[in-house]
Amino acid sequence: MIEISHLNKVWRSGARTVTALDDVSLRIAAGSIFGIIGRSGAGKSTLLRTLNLLERPTSGSIRMDGQEITTLPHAELLKLRQQTGMIFQHFNLLAAKTVFDNIAWPLKATGLIRDAGARRARVLELLDLVGLSEHADKYPAQLSGGQKQRVGIARALASRPKLLLCDEATSALDPETTQSILALLADINRTLGLTIILITHEMQVIRDLCDEVAVIEQGRIIEQGSVADIFLHPRHDVTRALVAQSDPLLATILNPSRLGVTLPGLLVHLTYSGETTWQPILSQICACSPAQISILQGEVSMLKDTPYGQLLLGIQGEAADVAQIFNILDEHQVFHEIIPARTHAAPPAEASEDTENSEAHHA
Amino acid sequence: MLEALQQVYWPEILQGTWDTILMTLLPLFFTVVLGLPLGILLFITSKDKPLAQPRFYAVTALIVNLLRSMPFIILLIILIPLSRAIAGTSLGVRGAIVPLTVAATPFFARLVENVLRELDRGILEACQSMGIRLPQIIVGALLPEALPGILAAITVTGVTLISYTAMAGAVGAGGLGDIAIRYGYQRFETTVLIVSVVFLVILVNIMEWAGQRLVRHFTHW
Ligand SMILES: Nc1ncnc2c1ncn2[C@@H]1O[C@H](COP(=O)(O)OP(=O)(O)OP(=O)(O)O)[C@@H](O)[C@H]1O
Ligand SMILES: [Mg+2]
Repeated sequence: MIEISHLNKVWRSGARTVTALDDVSLRIAAGSIFGIIGRSGAGKSTLLRTLNLLERPTSGSIRMDGQEITTLPHAELLKLRQQTGMIFQHFNLLAAKTVFDNIAWPLKATGLIRDAGARRARVLELLDLVGLSEHADKYPAQLSGGQKQRVGIARALASRPKLLLCDEATSALDPETTQSILALLADINRTLGLTIILITHEMQVIRDLCDEVAVIEQGRIIEQGSVADIFLHPRHDVTRALVAQSDPLLATILNPSRLGVTLPGLLVHLTYSGETTWQPILSQICACSPAQISILQGEVSMLKDTPYGQLLLGIQGEAADVAQIFNILDEHQVFHEIIPARTHAAPPAEASEDTENSEAHHA
Repeated sequence: MLEALQQVYWPEILQGTWDTILMTLLPLFFTVVLGLPLGILLFITSKDKPLAQPRFYAVTALIVNLLRSMPFIILLIILIPLSRAIAGTSLGVRGAIVPLTVAATPFFARLVENVLRELDRGILEACQSMGIRLPQIIVGALLPEALPGILAAITVTGVTLISYTAMAGAVGAGGLGDIAIRYGYQRFETTVLIVSVVFLVILVNIMEWAGQRLVRHFTHW
């Protein structure tokens, strides 16, 4: 369990100050995969780097399994770092060392494994884990980006850490390689029970890998919760924009003004996840209620291991019929929200503001 | 032409070449021994680095720059007492070692500092994130990563030293520079002048060639 409370980081250069972290508090459960997402410059790297004190917080506390780490003496700090793996966007491998030595040297330099034979065995085991056994004697320059990150992961795991910090670990990789690295991280999390904290600006990474997520903006945590919760019910504009970026369908649901249609009746947005995804809810509704239902938009997909669905329905009928539909939805724990007519026939001014926002988020 | 070459006193040229080689390699050795740690010290005490010491860095950098900007011929004269104290003489090959080392060390240290600075800062960060002590990081990661750059810096310093030896010749250090000045400049024996200059050029080229081979051999990217 990692408990971050009231963490602040202020950069001072002359008279100017930059608040990179502003009263950040988070609890991260052991064994979970925790994502921190935010736009460029939001303070993600700074937050991650305080967790192994590569960056000293200006104030606040970080407790790992009850122990305060911000006040550790140097020798203890080195130990903490040895027990905390870190991987980087640009891999940060040693170009002058072979793949084997990139993993073996830190074990030697930290004195974690002094015996050369034991070290060799450990390195070979790790290379096998990340699927690079054949590349042990190559230099990093001879590897692809995905292979380099695998070496980075093997190096980070060499000391059998309890915690792995990932700084935009897949941002320099193509989508396919990203998927394979994310799969490897998920696998490591499951088999080794390792806690993973990752930062990213891509919602897709959060969707595929994380259990919990925190959204950071200008150094503040603006929203946090389970991935399904944040993803399906984003409350903050920045979160909405980040969600929209990974899912164009959601983007249009969340900005109904873009639909450009005027409907008779109600526009209702349904969201459900988990078991409910498999239930025949629509057919039940149709069987019980004379109201007319049209499906305007919809998707069924996965968030990591959780299935979820979203539907945009047009419902025409008597108030009582509609109320009955909502009752059925409530019974099945389907979250439903009437999208106000005012929003889906938005005035041009509001619409253009929307566009502006989402463009800024994409940039 | 042949006749002219026959007039050249070859044993003296060979002796001069040997002296020049000694006056290059010995100070080069001492320069690396002293300048490498100094360059590392400049690097790790500079801003944002693990042992950042702004005041110490500023003072050291100032001294280094002072020595670098001092004309070598003046340094030669100022260092006569120091050379006598350390090498026992200020004359001949022995007498040239101290001033040549003093002149080349700050130059080399700055080159080393820059080579380290140009390494990706991610390397230092990755090593720190693994809980490795700074001395180990320097010896085991930064220096091997910087090796090609450091070899190139040694080559440049060596070439600079060859040209300094020629100047040292002017104050009685011996070597090809001394021969060129004594015969060519003072006695107008142009052939000797040309021969000694050609030998100097050859030495410079051998130095560069060897340096480049080494750099290539240790570059894995
Ligand atoms: N060493 C530093 N000195 C001064 N300001 C800094 C320093 N490092 C970061 N900052 C500032 O702190 C803020 C947060 O930076 P940080 O690198 O944590 O952002 P980020 O969310 O990781 O962004 P990105 O996605 O671009 O990597 C930025 O405004 C940045 O300019
Ligand atoms: Mg960053």
